Amino acid sequence: MTNKSNNILSLPPKKPLSSGSVFLFLGFLVLVYYTSVAGQAVEFSITRLHEGLPYMADFLSRMFPPDLSILNRVWTDTLLTVHLAWVSTVIAAVLSVPVGFLAAANVFESKTLRRLTIFVLNADRAIDSLILALFFVSAVGLGPFPGVLALAIHSVGMLGNLFADAIEAIDPGPVEALKSAGAGKLATIRWGIWPQVAPHFISYFLFRFELNVRVAVVLGLVGAGGIGFLLTQYMRLFQYEKVCTVILVILVLVMAIDAISSRLRKAVL
Amino acid sequence: MSIIAKNISKSFNDGKIVALKNVNVEIKQGEFVAIIGLSGAGKSTFMRSINGTNIPSSGSLNVLGKEVTSLKGNALVDLRKQIGFIFQQFNLVKSISVLKNVLVGRIAYNPLWRSLTGLYKKEDLILAKQTLDSVGLQDRYHEKARNLSGGQQQRVAIARAMVQKPKIILADEPMASLDPKLSEIVLEILTKFNQEQGITVLVNIHVLDYAKKYAKRIIGFRKGELVFDGPPPSLTPEITESIYTNPEEA
Repeated sequence: MTNKSNNILSLPPKKPLSSGSVFLFLGFLVLVYYTSVAGQAVEFSITRLHEGLPYMADFLSRMFPPDLSILNRVWTDTLLTVHLAWVSTVIAAVLSVPVGFLAAANVFESKTLRRLTIFVLNADRAIDSLILALFFVSAVGLGPFPGVLALAIHSVGMLGNLFADAIEAIDPGPVEALKSAGAGKLATIRWGIWPQVAPHFISYFLFRFELNVRVAVVLGLVGAGGIGFLLTQYMRLFQYEKVCTVILVILVLVMAIDAISSRLRKAVL
Repeated sequence: MSIIAKNISKSFNDGKIVALKNVNVEIKQGEFVAIIGLSGAGKSTFMRSINGTNIPSSGSLNVLGKEVTSLKGNALVDLRKQIGFIFQQFNLVKSISVLKNVLVGRIAYNPLWRSLTGLYKKEDLILAKQTLDSVGLQDRYHEKARNLSGGQQQRVAIARAMVQKPKIILADEPMASLDPKLSEIVLEILTKFNQEQGITVLVNIHVLDYAKKYAKRIIGFRKGELVFDGPPPSLTPEITESIYTNPEEA
């Protein structure tokens, strides 16, 4: 109170220079340098982008008007892509439930089994579904089936991990109550954990399905059937009006599925 | 005898925290005992050792004729079936119905397929309904537990413990999340079951007035030691003072 009038206009003391802020600044400089090196490596060039503009315009102009006579064919193949995404997400979800419980820290005592499961999940996430698809196409041949296998297996990596996170976030109270009432491990999972995580599982399932629809389109490009496969065929034949129709249908499909799925996800949680 | 503890001690973190120190106590079947003490005095640890959640580090603890310190697997399940536990935070499964929550108390009495599918026997359903009626929760059977008030949720939890047909009920601060009026309702329900069915009831209470009003016997803990054991009238102000004085401040 005494020297309040003296202090009223004085600045707060300067923050002392810490080693942390020096490192942060050096780190920023390193990142700037790396960005410029990497930019050169990928031959990034505004000039070339500018020179390419007329060709892009030409390409786009040849896409219009879209050829709507093929809509029936596009619709059939689009449906196949949705089927592919759905079946692979269902398989992935069924596999991910036990995997999620094994990977969660608060369910089983065995640390070895848990670490092994997490390792497999991480490895699975690291291998992209496109790579898996190439592998399965060469193993079982062209068509949607290798796509289903690739997408299902890759999705377990993410779903299993998300399921495990949901299980670890539960309220432990009901589990304690079940144990105190003499319930065994499976009954405790069924009544103590499952009711708490099921809405989250459904939400993650829908989220992965949204994602898988988009991935399933791309998988078609490597011969796994569906709308993506049709797209590559029209591209090879330079039938840009047909390409345009396919792209428009994909756009509508993805947006519709995202909208429906996000509504459903809000409803379950 | 319901519970016989001889010289039991319990420590955590390799002996760094001593929760119970040489506790000796005998509790007869059908007694209503209030356990008092500050938080951290050992009330909860004592209660959790009785159903084998915390196994004592040393000493002997006999509950319903079984030595808890050596119980494992099915024998432990058999003991827990006969002991109902009531928690401060109710510990209900909030997203399932009141009835299903109560039936959790019947899981240990049923084959696995029944408890996993939720297809309980007729007798179990009748018992669950009767018990819910007896705690004043008629017509709320199919309501989700989360839609009930705190006092109602605690009554569901009591019903869950009661359908175990327990010989002992352990209630760990059952009123700490409830207002005074609801607290008394909970204690009155526990008193009713104690008197009508001869169930041994142990209640951790930190409000002394409730302990004096409802219990016939009070046990006091201080820093893990049992410092008082007797009927409410013999709890002198000096003893009360020593039980409720924080050892850090004294």
